[in-house]
Amino acid sequence: MKIKKNVAISESGFIFNPTTGDSFSTNPIGLEIIRMLKDDKGKDEIRKTILTKYNADESTFEKDYYDFVMMLQNNQVAEETE
Amino acid sequence: MEKLRYERPVIKKLNTGVMNKYGTRTEYTPFTNIDGAKVKDLIAEFGSPLFVMSEQTIRKTYKDAVRAFTTRYPKVQFAWSYKTHYNNAICSVFHQEGSWSEVVSGFEYNKALLNGVPGNKIIFNGPDKTDEDLILAINNESMIHIDHLDELYRIIELTEVLKKRPKVAIRVNMDTGVYPMWDRFGFNYESGQAWDAINKIILTDKMDLIGLHTHIGTFMLTPSAYAVAATKLSDLAYHIKTKFGKNITYIDMGGGFASRNTLKGSYLMGADSVPSFDEYAEAICSALLNSDYSKDELPLLILESGRSLVDDAGYLLGTVLANKRLSDGRKATIMDFGVNLLFTSFWYEHKISPAQEFSHYTEDSVIYGPLCMNIDVIRENVTLPPMKKGDNVVVHTVGAYNMTQWMQFISMRPNVVLIDMDGKPHLIRKKETLEYMNSLEETPAYLKEFKL
Repeated sequence: MKIKKNVAISESGFIFNPTTGDSFSTNPIGLEIIRMLKDDKGKDEIRKTILTKYNADESTFEKDYYDFVMMLQNNQVAEETE
Repeated sequence: MEKLRYERPVIKKLNTGVMNKYGTRTEYTPFTNIDGAKVKDLIAEFGSPLFVMSEQTIRKTYKDAVRAFTTRYPKVQFAWSYKTHYNNAICSVFHQEGSWSEVVSGFEYNKALLNGVPGNKIIFNGPDKTDEDLILAINNESMIHIDHLDELYRIIELTEVLKKRPKVAIRVNMDTGVYPMWDRFGFNYESGQAWDAINKIILTDKMDLIGLHTHIGTFMLTPSAYAVAATKLSDLAYHIKTKFGKNITYIDMGGGFASRNTLKGSYLMGADSVPSFDEYAEAICSALLNSDYSKDELPLLILESGRSLVDDAGYLLGTVLANKRLSDGRKATIMDFGVNLLFTSFWYEHKISPAQEFSHYTEDSVIYGPLCMNIDVIRENVTLPPMKKGDNVVVHTVGAYNMTQWMQFISMRPNVVLIDMDGKPHLIRKKETLEYMNSLEETPAYLKEFKL
Protein backbone atom coordinates (compact mmCIF):
# COMPACT_ATOMS: atom_id res chain seq x y z
CA MET A 1 0.00 0.00 0.00
CA LYS A 2 1.43 3.39 -0.89
CA ILE A 3 0.18 6.94 -1.19
CA LYS A 4 0.09 8.18 -4.77
CA LYS A 5 3.09 10.35 -5.51
CA ASN A 6 1.21 13.41 -6.71
CA VAL A 7 -1.14 13.56 -3.69
CA ALA A 8 -0.50 16.70 -1.64
CA ILE A 9 -0.74 16.48 2.14
CA SER A 10 -0.78 19.55 4.39
CA GLU A 11 0.33 19.66 8.02
CA SER A 12 -3.23 20.19 9.18
CA GLY A 13 -4.63 17.07 7.48
CA PHE A 14 -5.86 18.63 4.27
CA ILE A 15 -5.31 16.29 1.31
CA PHE A 16 -5.53 17.13 -2.36
CA ASN A 17 -5.53 14.66 -5.21
CA PRO A 18 -4.70 16.56 -8.43
CA THR A 19 -5.60 13.55 -10.60
CA THR A 20 -9.25 13.57 -9.58
CA GLY A 21 -9.50 17.13 -8.27
CA ASP A 22 -10.86 15.81 -4.98
CA SER A 23 -9.87 17.20 -1.60
CA PHE A 24 -10.21 15.52 1.77
CA SER A 25 -9.69 16.12 5.46
CA THR A 26 -8.35 13.60 7.91
CA ASN A 27 -7.89 13.48 11.67
CA PRO A 28 -4.45 13.46 13.37
CA ILE A 29 -4.18 9.66 13.53
CA GLY A 30 -5.26 9.41 9.90
CA LEU A 31 -2.62 11.98 8.98
CA GLU A 32 0.08 10.04 10.83
CA ILE A 33 -0.85 6.84 9.02
CA ILE A 34 -0.88 8.58 5.64
CA ARG A 35 2.56 10.09 6.32
CA MET A 36 3.96 6.72 7.30
CA LEU A 37 2.48 5.13 4.18
CA LYS A 38 4.03 7.92 2.11
CA ASP A 39 7.38 7.10 3.75
CA ASP A 40 6.89 3.48 2.60
CA LYS A 41 6.41 2.19 6.14
CA GLY A 42 4.77 -1.26 6.34
CA LYS A 43 1.67 -2.18 8.30
CA ASP A 44 3.64 -3.72 11.19
CA GLU A 45 5.71 -0.62 11.71
CA ILE A 46 2.66 1.62 11.51
CA ARG A 47 0.83 -0.55 14.03
CA LYS A 48 3.76 -0.48 16.43
CA THR A 49 4.08 3.30 16.18
CA ILE A 50 0.36 3.94 16.74
CA LEU A 51 -0.01 1.47 19.61
CA THR A 52 3.04 2.91 21.35
CA LYS A 53 1.70 6.43 21.10
CA TYR A 54 -2.07 5.93 21.51
CA ASN A 55 -4.27 4.12 23.97
CA ALA A 56 -5.68 1.38 21.73
CA ASP A 57 -5.62 -2.41 21.59
CA GLU A 58 -4.28 -4.38 18.68
CA SER A 59 -7.57 -5.70 17.33
CA THR A 60 -9.22 -2.27 17.42
CA PHE A 61 -6.32 -0.77 15.49
CA GLU A 62 -6.25 -3.60 12.98
CA LYS A 63 -9.98 -3.27 12.19
CA ASP A 64 -9.69 0.49 11.86
CA TYR A 65 -6.50 0.30 9.80
CA TYR A 66 -8.00 -1.99 7.18
CA ASP A 67 -11.09 0.18 6.94
CA PHE A 68 -8.97 3.32 6.62
CA VAL A 69 -6.68 2.02 3.88
CA MET A 70 -9.72 0.72 2.00
CA MET A 71 -11.14 4.25 2.09
CA LEU A 72 -7.78 5.65 0.90
CA GLN A 73 -7.93 3.26 -2.06
CA ASN A 74 -11.61 3.97 -2.77
CA ASN A 75 -10.83 7.68 -2.82
CA GLN A 76 -7.80 7.04 -5.09
CA VAL A 77 -5.44 8.55 -2.56
CA ALA A 78 -3.53 5.29 -2.17
CA GLU A 79 -2.85 2.28 -4.37
CA GLU A 80 -1.72 -1.29 -3.88
CA THR A 81 2.02 -1.81 -4.24
CA GLU A 82 3.13 -4.20 -7.00
CA MET B 1 4.59 8.45 29.39
CA GLU B 2 0.80 8.45 29.33
CA LYS B 3 -0.61 7.40 25.99
CA LEU B 4 -2.78 9.74 23.94
CA ARG B 5 -6.51 9.12 23.49
CA TYR B 6 -7.09 6.91 20.47
CA GLU B 7 -9.51 7.91 17.77
CA ARG B 8 -10.36 5.85 14.72
CA PRO B 9 -8.53 7.22 11.62
CA VAL B 10 -10.99 8.87 9.27
CA ILE B 11 -10.81 10.51 5.87
CA LYS B 12 -13.64 12.66 4.65
CA LYS B 13 -14.19 13.96 1.16
CA LEU B 14 -14.78 17.70 1.06
CA ASN B 15 -17.58 18.99 -1.13
CA THR B 16 -17.81 22.66 -1.88
CA GLY B 17 -20.89 24.42 -3.13
CA VAL B 18 -23.14 21.42 -2.52
CA MET B 19 -25.63 20.96 0.31
CA ASN B 20 -24.53 18.11 2.56
CA LYS B 21 -27.35 15.60 2.92
CA TYR B 22 -25.91 14.64 6.28
CA GLY B 23 -26.54 18.14 7.55
CA THR B 24 -24.22 20.31 9.48
CA ARG B 25 -22.36 19.22 12.53
CA THR B 26 -24.38 19.60 15.73
CA GLU B 27 -22.21 18.11 18.45
CA TYR B 28 -19.37 20.07 19.99
CA THR B 29 -19.17 18.66 23.50
CA PRO B 30 -19.85 15.18 24.87
CA PHE B 31 -23.13 14.71 26.76
CA THR B 32 -21.87 13.17 29.96
CA ASN B 33 -24.57 13.72 32.57
CA ILE B 34 -28.30 14.16 32.99
CA ASP B 35 -29.34 16.46 35.83
CA GLY B 36 -26.06 15.65 37.59
CA ALA B 37 -26.25 11.85 37.15
CA LYS B 38 -23.33 10.60 35.06
CA VAL B 39 -24.28 8.75 31.88
CA LYS B 40 -21.49 6.20 32.35
CA ASP B 41 -22.57 5.54 35.96
CA LEU B 42 -26.21 5.11 34.93
CA ILE B 43 -25.23 2.56 32.28
CA ALA B 44 -22.94 0.76 34.75
CA GLU B 45 -25.75 0.49 37.30
CA PHE B 46 -28.83 -0.06 35.14
CA GLY B 47 -27.43 -1.47 31.89
CA SER B 48 -27.58 -0.46 28.26
CA PRO B 49 -29.83 0.45 26.55
CA LEU B 50 -31.52 2.51 29.23
CA PHE B 51 -34.34 5.03 29.16
CA VAL B 52 -33.81 7.99 31.49
CA MET B 53 -36.48 10.52 32.45
CA SER B 54 -35.68 13.89 34.01
CA GLU B 55 -38.16 14.92 36.72
CA GLN B 56 -36.63 18.39 36.71
CA THR B 57 -37.38 18.85 33.00
CA ILE B 58 -40.92 17.50 33.32
CA ARG B 59 -41.79 19.89 36.14
CA LYS B 60 -40.15 22.85 34.48
CA THR B 61 -41.84 22.18 31.12
CA TYR B 62 -45.21 21.72 32.81
CA LYS B 63 -44.84 24.98 34.73
CA ASP B 64 -43.88 26.80 31.52
CA ALA B 65 -47.00 25.49 29.77
CA VAL B 66 -49.28 26.35 32.71
CA ARG B 67 -47.81 29.83 32.94
CA ALA B 68 -48.32 30.43 29.21
CA PHE B 69 -52.06 29.68 29.51
CA THR B 70 -52.92 30.95 33.00
CA THR B 71 -51.41 34.36 32.29
CA ARG B 72 -53.82 34.70 29.35
CA TYR B 73 -57.02 32.96 30.47
CA PRO B 74 -58.72 32.80 33.88
CA LYS B 75 -59.71 29.10 34.08
CA VAL B 76 -57.21 26.51 32.83
CA GLN B 77 -56.82 22.82 33.60
CA PHE B 78 -54.32 20.34 32.17
CA ALA B 79 -55.16 16.63 31.90
CA TRP B 80 -52.21 14.29 31.51
CA SER B 81 -52.38 12.23 28.32
CA TYR B 82 -51.75 8.68 29.55
CA LYS B 83 -51.06 7.26 26.10
CA THR B 84 -48.05 9.55 25.73
CA HIS B 85 -46.32 8.05 28.75
CA TYR B 86 -48.26 5.95 31.22
CA ASN B 87 -45.49 4.89 33.54
CA ASN B 88 -47.01 5.38 37.00
CA ALA B 89 -44.10 7.43 38.32
CA ILE B 90 -44.26 9.82 35.37
CA CYS B 91 -48.06 10.14 35.67
CA SER B 92 -47.65 10.86 39.37
CA VAL B 93 -45.24 13.73 38.66
CA PHE B 94 -47.93 15.33 36.48
CA HIS B 95 -50.65 14.64 39.06
CA GLN B 96 -48.48 16.23 41.77
CA GLU B 97 -48.28 19.29 39.55
CA GLY B 98 -52.10 19.39 39.44
CA SER B 99 -52.86 17.61 36.20
CA TRP B 100 -56.02 15.52 35.76
CA SER B 101 -55.95 12.35 33.62
CA GLU B 102 -56.90 11.90 29.99
CA VAL B 103 -57.28 8.27 29.02
CA VAL B 104 -58.34 6.40 25.88
CA SER B 105 -58.90 2.82 27.07
CA GLY B 106 -60.15 0.82 30.03
CA PHE B 107 -56.53 -0.13 30.71
CA GLU B 108 -55.46 3.50 30.96
CA TYR B 109 -58.61 4.42 32.90
CA ASN B 110 -57.87 1.82 35.57
CA LYS B 111 -54.21 2.86 35.66
CA ALA B 112 -55.33 6.41 36.46
CA LEU B 113 -57.67 5.16 39.20
CA LEU B 114 -54.89 3.04 40.71
CA ASN B 115 -52.60 6.07 40.62
CA GLY B 116 -55.12 7.75 42.91
CA VAL B 117 -56.82 10.08 40.44
CA PRO B 118 -60.48 10.64 41.49
CA GLY B 119 -62.96 9.36 38.91
CA ASN B 120 -64.42 12.83 38.37
CA LYS B 121 -60.96 14.09 37.34
CA ILE B 122 -60.59 11.53 34.55
CA ILE B 123 -61.43 12.41 30.96
CA PHE B 124 -62.33 9.30 28.98
CA ASN B 125 -61.62 9.80 25.26
CA GLY B 126 -61.35 7.51 22.28
CA PRO B 127 -63.52 5.27 20.13
CA ASP B 128 -62.99 2.12 22.22
CA LYS B 129 -64.97 2.05 25.45
CA THR B 130 -66.48 -1.29 26.45
CA ASP B 131 -69.74 -1.55 28.42
CA GLU B 132 -67.64 -2.38 31.45
CA ASP B 133 -65.55 0.77 30.91
CA LEU B 134 -68.61 2.96 30.38
CA ILE B 135 -70.39 1.64 33.48
CA LEU B 136 -67.28 2.28 35.58
CA ALA B 137 -66.88 5.77 34.15
CA ILE B 138 -70.58 6.62 34.66
CA ASN B 139 -70.51 5.38 38.25
CA ASN B 140 -67.33 7.38 38.90
CA GLU B 141 -68.82 10.54 37.35
CA SER B 142 -65.92 10.76 34.90
CA MET B 143 -66.08 13.02 31.87
CA ILE B 144 -67.00 10.73 28.99
CA HIS B 145 -66.11 12.20 25.62
CA ILE B 146 -68.42 10.59 23.08
CA ASP B 147 -66.71 9.65 19.82
CA HIS B 148 -69.50 8.22 17.65
CA LEU B 149 -73.26 7.68 17.51
CA ASP B 150 -73.00 4.00 18.43
CA GLU B 151 -71.39 5.05 21.69
CA LEU B 152 -73.97 7.78 22.26
CA TYR B 153 -76.88 5.34 21.82
CA ARG B 154 -75.16 2.76 24.03
CA ILE B 155 -74.74 5.30 26.83
CA ILE B 156 -78.45 6.19 26.56
CA GLU B 157 -79.25 2.46 26.96
CA LEU B 158 -76.92 2.16 29.95
CA THR B 159 -78.49 5.15 31.71
CA GLU B 160 -81.79 3.28 31.75
CA VAL B 161 -80.11 0.35 33.52
CA LEU B 162 -77.92 2.38 35.86
CA LYS B 163 -80.47 5.13 36.59
CA LYS B 164 -77.67 7.70 36.52
CA ARG B 165 -77.00 10.83 34.48
CA PRO B 166 -73.54 10.53 32.94
CA LYS B 167 -71.43 13.64 32.49
CA VAL B 168 -70.53 13.79 28.82
CA ALA B 169 -68.91 15.89 26.15
CA ILE B 170 -68.77 15.26 22.44
CA ARG B 171 -65.63 15.24 20.42
CA VAL B 172 -65.94 17.59 17.47
CA ASN B 173 -63.78 17.39 14.35
CA MET B 174 -63.52 20.35 12.03
CA ASP B 175 -61.72 22.05 9.19
CA THR B 176 -59.06 24.27 10.72
CA GLY B 177 -57.17 24.80 7.48
CA VAL B 178 -54.58 22.10 8.11
CA TYR B 179 -54.03 18.87 6.24
CA PRO B 180 -54.80 16.10 6.97
CA MET B 181 -58.09 16.90 8.69
CA TRP B 182 -58.66 14.52 11.58
CA ASP B 183 -62.25 13.58 10.81
CA ARG B 184 -62.10 9.97 11.94
CA PHE B 185 -62.67 10.94 15.56
CA GLY B 186 -65.82 12.57 16.84
CA PHE B 187 -68.61 14.41 15.05
CA ASN B 188 -68.03 16.81 12.21
CA TYR B 189 -68.68 20.52 12.78
CA GLU B 190 -69.22 21.73 9.23
CA SER B 191 -71.58 18.95 8.10
CA GLY B 192 -73.90 19.35 11.10
CA GLN B 193 -73.04 15.98 12.69
CA ALA B 194 -72.02 17.73 15.89
CA TRP B 195 -75.42 19.45 16.14
CA ASP B 196 -77.20 16.14 15.51
CA ALA B 197 -75.35 14.60 18.45
CA ILE B 198 -75.94 17.63 20.67
CA ASN B 199 -79.67 17.66 19.86
CA LYS B 200 -79.91 13.94 20.61
CA ILE B 201 -78.11 14.30 23.96
CA ILE B 202 -80.14 17.29 25.12
CA LEU B 203 -83.55 16.18 23.83
CA THR B 204 -83.31 12.64 25.25
CA ASP B 205 -82.42 14.26 28.60
CA LYS B 206 -80.59 11.19 29.91
CA MET B 207 -77.17 12.75 30.43
CA ASP B 208 -75.55 16.10 31.15
CA LEU B 209 -73.68 17.66 28.26
CA ILE B 210 -71.00 19.54 30.20
CA GLY B 211 -68.22 19.99 27.65
CA LEU B 212 -67.06 20.18 24.07
CA HIS B 213 -63.83 18.57 22.95
CA THR B 214 -61.62 18.72 19.89
CA HIS B 215 -58.18 17.45 19.00
CA ILE B 216 -57.19 18.86 15.66
CA GLY B 217 -54.02 16.91 14.93
CA THR B 218 -50.59 15.98 16.14
CA PHE B 219 -47.25 17.82 16.06
CA MET B 220 -49.13 20.92 14.92
CA LEU B 221 -46.72 23.57 13.69
CA THR B 222 -49.41 26.18 13.03
CA PRO B 223 -50.85 27.80 16.18
CA SER B 224 -53.43 29.67 14.08
CA ALA B 225 -55.22 26.34 13.45
CA TYR B 226 -55.97 26.25 17.19
CA ALA B 227 -57.45 29.73 16.98
CA VAL B 228 -59.85 28.49 14.28
CA ALA B 229 -60.76 25.44 16.39
CA ALA B 230 -61.24 27.46 19.58
CA THR B 231 -63.48 29.93 17.73
CA LYS B 232 -65.64 27.17 16.27
CA LEU B 233 -65.96 25.33 19.61
CA SER B 234 -66.80 28.48 21.56
CA ASP B 235 -69.41 29.42 18.91
CA LEU B 236 -70.92 25.96 19.27
CA ALA B 237 -70.92 26.19 23.05
CA TYR B 238 -72.50 29.64 22.99
CA HIS B 239 -75.23 28.52 20.58
CA ILE B 240 -76.05 25.56 22.84
CA LYS B 241 -76.56 28.11 25.62
CA THR B 242 -78.78 30.36 23.52
CA LYS B 243 -80.75 27.49 21.96
CA PHE B 244 -81.25 25.21 24.97
CA GLY B 245 -80.27 27.39 27.93
CA LYS B 246 -77.58 24.84 28.84
CA ASN B 247 -74.18 26.00 30.04
CA ILE B 248 -71.16 24.21 28.61
CA THR B 249 -68.76 24.24 31.55
CA TYR B 250 -65.59 23.38 29.69
CA ILE B 251 -63.95 23.50 26.29
CA ASP B 252 -61.28 20.85 25.83
CA MET B 253 -58.80 21.80 23.12
CA GLY B 254 -57.04 18.41 23.22
CA GLY B 255 -53.33 18.25 22.51
CA GLY B 256 -51.10 18.12 19.47
CA PHE B 257 -48.55 20.79 20.42
CA ALA B 258 -45.15 20.00 18.90
CA SER B 259 -42.12 19.03 20.96
CA ARG B 260 -38.61 20.18 20.09
CA ASN B 261 -37.93 17.12 17.98
CA THR B 262 -37.06 17.47 14.29
CA LEU B 263 -39.50 15.88 11.87
CA LYS B 264 -37.97 13.97 8.97
CA GLY B 265 -37.72 16.18 5.92
CA SER B 266 -37.65 19.41 7.96
CA TYR B 267 -35.26 22.07 6.76
CA LEU B 268 -34.76 23.56 10.23
CA MET B 269 -34.02 21.82 13.52
CA GLY B 270 -37.14 21.32 15.64
CA ALA B 271 -35.76 23.44 18.47
CA ASP B 272 -35.50 26.38 16.04
CA SER B 273 -38.83 25.98 14.29
CA VAL B 274 -41.58 24.64 16.58
CA PRO B 275 -43.97 27.14 18.18
CA SER B 276 -43.60 27.94 21.87
CA PHE B 277 -46.30 27.34 24.50
CA ASP B 278 -46.87 31.09 24.43
CA GLU B 279 -47.71 31.02 20.73
CA TYR B 280 -50.22 28.19 21.17
CA ALA B 281 -51.67 29.86 24.26
CA GLU B 282 -52.00 33.20 22.53
CA ALA B 283 -53.93 31.63 19.63
CA ILE B 284 -56.30 29.60 21.83
CA CYS B 285 -56.88 32.08 24.65
CA SER B 286 -57.40 35.05 22.33
CA ALA B 287 -60.03 33.11 20.38
CA LEU B 288 -61.89 32.15 23.56
CA LEU B 289 -61.68 35.64 25.05
CA ASN B 290 -62.98 37.10 21.78
CA SER B 291 -66.02 34.76 21.79
CA ASP B 292 -69.53 35.93 22.72
CA TYR B 293 -69.10 34.80 26.32
CA SER B 294 -69.01 37.47 28.99
CA LYS B 295 -65.99 37.49 31.30
CA ASP B 296 -67.82 35.70 34.12
CA GLU B 297 -69.32 32.98 31.90
CA LEU B 298 -66.12 31.86 30.21
CA PRO B 299 -65.87 28.07 30.18
CA LEU B 300 -62.96 26.18 31.75
CA LEU B 301 -60.20 25.59 29.21
CA ILE B 302 -58.87 22.02 29.34
CA LEU B 303 -55.65 20.99 27.60
CA GLU B 304 -54.56 17.40 27.04
CA SER B 305 -50.98 18.05 25.98
CA GLY B 306 -48.70 15.04 26.14
CA ARG B 307 -45.82 15.14 23.69
CA SER B 308 -44.86 18.77 24.29
CA LEU B 309 -44.78 18.25 28.06
CA VAL B 310 -42.71 15.09 28.30
CA ASP B 311 -40.69 14.59 25.11
CA ASP B 312 -37.78 16.81 26.15
CA ALA B 313 -37.52 15.01 29.50
CA GLY B 314 -36.65 11.64 27.98
CA TYR B 315 -33.25 10.26 26.99
CA LEU B 316 -32.21 6.91 25.62
CA LEU B 317 -28.71 5.83 26.57
CA GLY B 318 -27.08 3.25 24.34
CA THR B 319 -23.83 1.60 23.34
CA VAL B 320 -22.02 1.14 20.03
CA LEU B 321 -22.05 -2.56 19.10
CA ALA B 322 -20.05 -2.32 15.87
CA ASN B 323 -18.89 -0.18 13.00
CA LYS B 324 -18.98 -1.32 9.42
CA ARG B 325 -18.51 -0.01 5.93
CA LEU B 326 -21.40 -0.31 3.50
CA SER B 327 -20.85 -1.31 -0.12
CA ASP B 328 -21.26 2.29 -1.30
CA GLY B 329 -18.57 3.52 1.10
CA ARG B 330 -20.88 4.93 3.76
CA LYS B 331 -19.96 4.37 7.38
CA ALA B 332 -22.52 2.45 9.42
CA THR B 333 -22.67 2.28 13.20
CA ILE B 334 -24.76 -0.38 14.92
CA MET B 335 -26.26 0.54 18.29
CA ASP B 336 -27.74 -1.71 20.95
CA PHE B 337 -31.15 -0.02 20.59
CA GLY B 338 -33.36 -0.14 17.53
CA VAL B 339 -36.78 0.85 16.28
CA ASN B 340 -38.23 -1.66 18.75
CA LEU B 341 -37.37 0.80 21.53
CA LEU B 342 -37.22 4.04 19.56
CA PHE B 343 -40.48 3.88 17.65
CA THR B 344 -40.37 7.63 17.06
CA SER B 345 -37.25 7.27 14.89
CA PHE B 346 -39.68 6.42 12.08
CA TRP B 347 -40.68 10.08 11.90
CA TYR B 348 -38.03 12.09 13.83
CA GLU B 349 -34.39 12.88 13.12
CA HIS B 350 -33.41 12.26 16.70
CA LYS B 351 -30.42 14.16 18.02
CA ILE B 352 -27.66 11.76 19.07
CA SER B 353 -24.72 12.83 21.24
CA PRO B 354 -21.59 10.86 22.12
CA ALA B 355 -21.19 10.41 25.87
CA GLN B 356 -17.38 10.54 25.93
CA GLU B 357 -14.64 12.90 24.80
CA PHE B 358 -14.18 13.27 21.06
CA SER B 359 -12.19 15.42 18.66
CA HIS B 360 -13.63 17.90 16.20
CA TYR B 361 -13.36 15.42 13.31
CA THR B 362 -16.59 13.93 12.09
CA GLU B 363 -17.87 11.19 9.84
CA ASP B 364 -21.04 10.90 7.84
CA SER B 365 -22.80 7.81 9.11
CA VAL B 366 -25.90 5.68 9.08
CA ILE B 367 -27.07 4.63 12.53
CA TYR B 368 -28.61 1.17 12.67
CA GLY B 369 -30.27 -0.69 15.51
CA PRO B 370 -29.39 -4.27 16.44
CA LEU B 371 -32.48 -5.95 15.01
CA CYS B 372 -32.16 -8.49 12.24
CA MET B 373 -34.54 -6.42 10.13
CA ASN B 374 -33.71 -4.07 7.27
CA ILE B 375 -36.09 -1.38 8.54
CA ASP B 376 -34.13 -0.98 11.76
CA VAL B 377 -32.61 2.43 10.97
CA ILE B 378 -32.30 5.07 13.69
CA ARG B 379 -30.74 7.82 11.54
CA GLU B 380 -30.28 7.51 7.80
CA ASN B 381 -27.74 10.33 7.61
CA VAL B 382 -25.97 11.90 10.53
CA THR B 383 -22.65 13.60 11.09
CA LEU B 384 -20.97 12.31 14.25
CA PRO B 385 -17.43 12.00 15.62
CA PRO B 386 -15.79 8.61 15.06
CA MET B 387 -16.97 6.13 17.71
CA LYS B 388 -15.71 2.68 18.54
CA LYS B 389 -17.32 -0.45 19.92
CA GLY B 390 -18.32 0.09 23.54
CA ASP B 391 -18.66 3.88 23.27
CA ASN B 392 -21.89 5.33 24.64
CA VAL B 393 -24.40 7.67 23.08
CA VAL B 394 -27.37 9.67 24.32
CA VAL B 395 -30.47 10.05 22.16
CA HIS B 396 -32.40 13.19 23.06
CA THR B 397 -36.10 14.05 23.23
CA VAL B 398 -37.51 10.55 23.45
CA GLY B 399 -39.89 10.98 26.40
CA ALA B 400 -43.13 10.91 24.43
CA TYR B 401 -44.68 7.74 23.00
CA ASN B 402 -41.55 5.58 23.01
CA MET B 403 -42.21 4.00 26.40
CA THR B 404 -45.80 3.26 25.40
CA GLN B 405 -45.29 2.27 21.75
CA TRP B 406 -42.11 0.23 22.28
CA MET B 407 -42.14 -3.34 21.11
CA GLN B 408 -40.93 -6.58 22.62
CA PHE B 409 -39.44 -7.62 19.32
CA ILE B 410 -36.27 -9.72 19.11
CA SER B 411 -35.08 -8.35 22.44
CA MET B 412 -36.88 -7.33 25.59
CA ARG B 413 -37.60 -3.88 26.92
CA PRO B 414 -34.91 -2.30 29.13
CA ASN B 415 -34.93 -0.52 32.48
CA VAL B 416 -36.42 2.94 32.82
CA VAL B 417 -34.92 5.34 35.35
CA LEU B 418 -36.20 8.65 36.71
CA ILE B 419 -33.63 11.23 37.86
CA ASP B 420 -35.25 13.06 40.77
CA MET B 421 -34.99 16.76 41.60
CA ASP B 422 -31.75 16.09 43.54
CA GLY B 423 -30.08 14.19 40.71
CA LYS B 424 -30.70 10.77 42.27
CA PRO B 425 -31.74 7.95 39.91
CA HIS B 426 -34.78 5.77 40.70
CA LEU B 427 -35.69 2.61 38.79
CA ILE B 428 -39.29 3.20 37.66
CA ARG B 429 -39.72 0.21 35.34
CA LYS B 430 -37.74 -2.98 35.55
CA LYS B 431 -36.33 -4.52 32.40
CA GLU B 432 -38.28 -7.49 31.12
CA THR B 433 -36.96 -10.99 31.69
CA LEU B 434 -37.38 -14.27 29.86
CA GLU B 435 -39.27 -15.60 32.89
CA TYR B 436 -41.74 -12.70 32.69
CA MET B 437 -42.25 -13.14 28.93
CA ASN B 438 -42.71 -16.89 29.27
CA SER B 439 -45.12 -16.47 32.17
CA LEU B 440 -47.62 -14.98 29.72
CA GLU B 441 -47.49 -17.95 27.36
CA GLU B 442 -49.10 -21.40 27.48
CA THR B 443 -47.81 -24.37 25.47
CA PRO B 444 -50.44 -27.10 24.97
CA ALA B 445 -49.32 -30.40 26.51
CA TYR B 446 -49.22 -32.21 23.15
CA LEU B 447 -46.59 -29.75 21.89
CA LYS B 448 -44.23 -30.11 24.82
CA GLU B 449 -42.31 -33.11 23.54
CA PHE B 450 -40.39 -33.43 20.30
CA LYS B 451 -37.39 -35.28 18.93
CA LEU B 452 -34.79 -33.58 16.79
